[in-house]
Formats: sequence, structure tokens, C-alpha cells
Amino acid sequence: MSEKVKFTIDGKEYEGAKGQLLVDAAAENGVYIPVLCHWKDVIPAGSCRICTVKVNGRFVAACTTPVEDACVVENNTPELQDIRKAIVEMLFVEGNHFCPACEKSGDCDLQALGYRYQMMVPRFPYAFERRELDATSPKIFLEKNRCIFCKRCVRMIKNDKGQSYFAFKGRGKHLEISMDKKLAATMSDELAEKAMKVCPVGAILRKEVGFSTPIGQRKYDNVPIGSDIEKLHK
Amino acid sequence: MSKPIIATASLAGCFGCHMSILDIDDRILQLIELVEFNKSPIDDIKTFTKQCDIGIIEGGCCNSENVHVLKDFRKNCKILISLGECAIMGGLPAMRNGIPVKECIEEAYLDGPTVGENKERILPNDEELPIILDKVYPLHEIVKIDYYLPGCPPRADLIWKAVVALATGDELNIPYELVKFD
Repeated sequence: MSEKVKFTIDGKEYEGAKGQLLVDAAAENGVYIPVLCHWKDVIPAGSCRICTVKVNGRFVAACTTPVEDACVVENNTPELQDIRKAIVEMLFVEGNHFCPACEKSGDCDLQALGYRYQMMVPRFPYAFERRELDATSPKIFLEKNRCIFCKRCVRMIKNDKGQSYFAFKGRGKHLEISMDKKLAATMSDELAEKAMKVCPVGAILRKEVGFSTPIGQRKYDNVPIGSDIEKLHK
Repeated sequence: MSKPIIATASLAGCFGCHMSILDIDDRILQLIELVEFNKSPIDDIKTFTKQCDIGIIEGGCCNSENVHVLKDFRKNCKILISLGECAIMGGLPAMRNGIPVKECIEEAYLDGPTVGENKERILPNDEELPIILDKVYPLHEIVKIDYYLPGCPPRADLIWKAVVALATGDELNIPYELVKFD
């Protein structure tokens, strides 16, 4: 067994395993730290920064920071809430997130964070950048307008030789998610399902299925994102 | 105190948000006790006849006429509310943003698969027609907006609660289920 460490989040004391990522240790203790790029047990990317917390007074990403003994973590402070809300708003204006036309609506993590932080309107001007939709794969659509560059698909959707189906192309403003067309042509239904599931937004959608859950019964229609974690220790 | 006066308009929208206003069902009888309507498609008053308290606008700005109406609302209403996704972020009409206007118009009137006979290749050019803007703008990028009610359409209960809170001055408590972006 790994060594136990004690730490506090917002003044309350918790216990975790030494070296465990802060975001996972918090979740095991029923404390929700929002994530978009993090996926448990996958090598962290630290790309979305929505999990920003303060550890011993310094801003860090909770998905890349291991928990240390006696560390003091701030999570649900007004300052951090506002930073996270600003990140959600930035992601909304940076891509083209027109929720009513998106199949992922109701099951989308980005949208759910918008609900959780009560985003009524982004504080930033909309970019309205035009990006392409790649429909060449027989199994999935890749809607680049909605990609938030979390890199989950790049890290997790691979064939048995370890080759990624997805990759980033370009830099800075021109960065975009792209798909290996040859590999994607042979994608299995199971992998397509997994790809849609790991995508936190509606950038990867399965073809020939969709809208199977009625409005009102979707994942985030009635409960805020993170409430499953918060319920753990109530 | 006299009743608060409400004005409404639909700019580049589909009237779905107005339908959602009507979705308050029989509470519309309470609403007319609570407020008075001025310029609005609901009572068909075409121009402002007095200063209003609350302006509710659905749809974004896609042409010069939308901008004109929006500025007119800002002048005549103390409080302006962006109602629905199109007003807040451009919505479905904003899917043309990023495509040059020339391309859009040529697709619509010359080259699109549903275009009928247009041998002279005429584009709409009557001076009465409003000018199409370079892109569809959210309302708050043109005038100051005071409140936002998201949704496509915003839930009737959300509109009801917001209007009642504004009219009565009561605190607005919105349950989680009522604020949705779709």
C-alpha cells in the first residue's frame, strides 16, 4: 500500500495516497474539482486548466499536481469559481458552440460547466472562426468547430498497435484536431462509441445513431455536473 | 404605482422564443394584470407609443433593420433582455459567420441546389431591402444588454419567473432545470 498523506481542501481535512493526483484524491473524498481534459489513469495533459486550484497559495492544475502531505488546497473560493467560469466562457467564444444544433447537448461536459457556473453570456467577444467538419470516416463525424483541444481522443483512442486515430495539426490560432483518414476508415463501432464518450464536447459524434435520449432525461438535464462525486461522502 | 410596460421584438430569430412566452399558458391572464404591453408582435402595436420599462428581444442582428430596431428598443426601454440563444450568441443564423456574405448570397440566389430560374443572375438589390451585415451579431455586441435568458427556446417558466421578478421586484430564484442552452 502506498503511503497515506493528509491535506486540506477549503479548510476541511482529507486523506489521500502519496503521489496521487490532486483531482483524483479530491474525488475519492467527495470533493468535485471540475475537469475537461483529465481522465482517470490516463497520462495527464493539463491543457484545459478548468481544474485550477490554489495549493499553498499558488495556482496549479489539480490534474497534474500530486497530492503532498499537509498541503493546503483552495477549491471552491469565489476567486477560483470566477476563473473557472472565465475559462468556460473563453472556450465558448473560441469555438462555435451552438448548443441547440449539437447532438451532445445535455450530455456535454462544457455545457454542463456552463450550467454549473451559471454562465448566462460569455464576457468575451465571439471569435466565429470557421472550422471544417470531417465526415470521411464511416463511423464518426469530427466537428472541429466544437473541439476544445483537451487531447483526450489523441491520448486514448488508439488501435492495437498503439497508433492514435486523432492528432493535433498546426499551432496557436491555427491549431486544429485532425483524424487519420486511413485509420478512421477501419474504426470499429466499439472504438467509435468510446471516442464519442471520452470527448467532453460534441466534436466526435457517432454516425447513424443519435438523439436516443429524450430532452429531460439526459445526463445533465436535472443534476449539475459533479454531483455524482459530491454525493459520495454526504 | 402604474403597471410596468413591456415591449418585445423578434430580430434574426424564428419566433420560437415568442412562442415560449405564450407557453406560460393561463398565466398570461395574470401577466396582463401585472404588466402592460406596448410595441410587440403579441398585441401588434408597430411603433413605440410611450417609454417602456422592459424590452425583450429575441434573435440576433443579421441586417441593418435589426440594428435599427435594436437601437430603437435601447432608446425606449429602461431594461433590455436578450431572450434565447440567437440573441445571446447569434444562434442558427450565425452559422453563416465565417463565410463571406458574397458567397452566402450567391449560394442563396444563384448557385444553390434549390434556386429556380435566375437567368439574368439577379441578386436582391431593391433599395427598400435592409443591408445584410458581414456577420450575425449577438445583441450585446451592438447595444448594452441588462439581462440574459438562455435557451432554445428559453423555458416558459424561466421567462415567467424573470418577468414577474422584474415587475414585482421580488428576488429571482431559478432552479437548475430551467437554465438550458438548448
